[in-house]
Amino acid sequence: MAWGLLKYGFSRRYPARRDIPPTPDLKPSYDVVIIGGGGHGLATAYYLARDHGIRRVCVLEKGYLAGGNTARNTAVIRSNYITPESVRFYKESVELYDGLSAELGFNLLYSQRGQLTLAHSDATLRTFRQRAEVGRFCGTRIEMVDRKQIRELVPGLNIDMKRYPILGGLWHPDGGTGRHDAVAWGYAARAAELGVEIHQRTEVIGLSVDNGRVTAVHTDRGMTQGGQVVQAVAGMSSRVAALARIRLPIRSFPLQAMVTQPLKPFLDPLVSSAGLHAYVSQTARGELVIGGGSDPYPLYATRSTLDLKESLIGHTLELFPFLAEVRLLRQWAGITDMTPDYSPILGASPLKNYWLDAGWGTWGFKATPVAGKRLAEAVATGKLPAILEPFRLERFRSFDLVNEMGATAASH
Amino acid sequence: MKILRCPLNGPRNISEFACFGEVVEMPEPAETGDDAWADHVWNDNNTAGVVREWWCHLPSSTWFIAERDTVTDKILRSYPASEVYGERRDFKAGNPST
Repeated sequence: MAWGLLKYGFSRRYPARRDIPPTPDLKPSYDVVIIGGGGHGLATAYYLARDHGIRRVCVLEKGYLAGGNTARNTAVIRSNYITPESVRFYKESVELYDGLSAELGFNLLYSQRGQLTLAHSDATLRTFRQRAEVGRFCGTRIEMVDRKQIRELVPGLNIDMKRYPILGGLWHPDGGTGRHDAVAWGYAARAAELGVEIHQRTEVIGLSVDNGRVTAVHTDRGMTQGGQVVQAVAGMSSRVAALARIRLPIRSFPLQAMVTQPLKPFLDPLVSSAGLHAYVSQTARGELVIGGGSDPYPLYATRSTLDLKESLIGHTLELFPFLAEVRLLRQWAGITDMTPDYSPILGASPLKNYWLDAGWGTWGFKATPVAGKRLAEAVATGKLPAILEPFRLERFRSFDLVNEMGATAASH
Repeated sequence: MKILRCPLNGPRNISEFACFGEVVEMPEPAETGDDAWADHVWNDNNTAGVVREWWCHLPSSTWFIAERDTVTDKILRSYPASEVYGERRDFKAGNPST
């Protein structure tokens, strides 16, 4: 058996498969230059090549592939927002995720096991009712549930907690998780097959702007030009946009999360609590993912703090007191680009050939497929698809905001 | 635990404070166009590096200015707002008394 395996490994008939080709030399120009090799940038590259035949595309990544916020989120996928604009947008993303493993030929471990959000006050119940109605109107699966149904959905939950009584919940069967790294790797592998160049360890250090256009992209490996230039750099949005002299309505905060040691499976749906500022899910490996606390002041440091760990753990133990003896396996932070209305900034910028995929705060991973697909459409056709219209940067000039503060459970 | 020095109450746990963003000059509303006003309302420098910000010690409602580094998470200095704003500033428009 061992010998056979070794023979197989060295056989020329089965060469090792390399998903992502080595970084090539930077060409003097491309049709589209994408700054940022995370999920969003790679998805945009993939859909540009697949749907629009634009294959002279390069993706510039300063570190390694998907090593930024694509690796740091808590992998939640859902569409239970409160405005019809957002619900339609995230619903399309959930639908794309549904067939994505098969399409990319890459196992994304997509698992649609539903998300339960708990209400501890009448005010929260009222917004849940609105979210359920809006969601149903837009065609997502979502409903209000009472305490009896909550007990059936999550038998281990401390339903009779005294300090924050559970009054009801919002049940969203469309919610789920996916393996975040695999999403980026899958898009990268298929994009590379279609001719997209992926340049890892290539940092953009400057942008030349002339006559309302980006005329050159300067990197630490030389200069290149793009007919169109896209920035998809979550956690660095303001800093990269500043290279193009664009000011954004973004303030960056660290979001901290953690994972426990593996346990026997006991938690099927994702459980989140609007009032307790915490959410919990159990991975296929049995680890509990606990998220996500935002730091109280803007910061670019991905350090972890005891204060936030304490409050997250305290609130998680209110939900599941029997976890008190469980050990933490790892903890981390990611920089979230928060917009004033908790919605992304997608589409055109003040420059003619520069596109923004920014302001993804704590809600970027779930939107990876739809953001990539629709932004690729905008870049290829020069026309903003209707589904992206609400998220344009100009909404802040016309005071036409898409307020999702209440439906973004990560940091409120 | 991070400690921030309040000019009135001395060093306190940072959880007792709230950050209210960078110190910026408000443009004169009567002389500011829509674009510049929207820029003032929404956009943010979001500086990576040393920033000068408004902070408030919540239990005592003491407003002051602090300087800190947003990359290293080090607090450099904190001082009363009077160090920067010596006198009252009035605006031509938007003042309820006019």
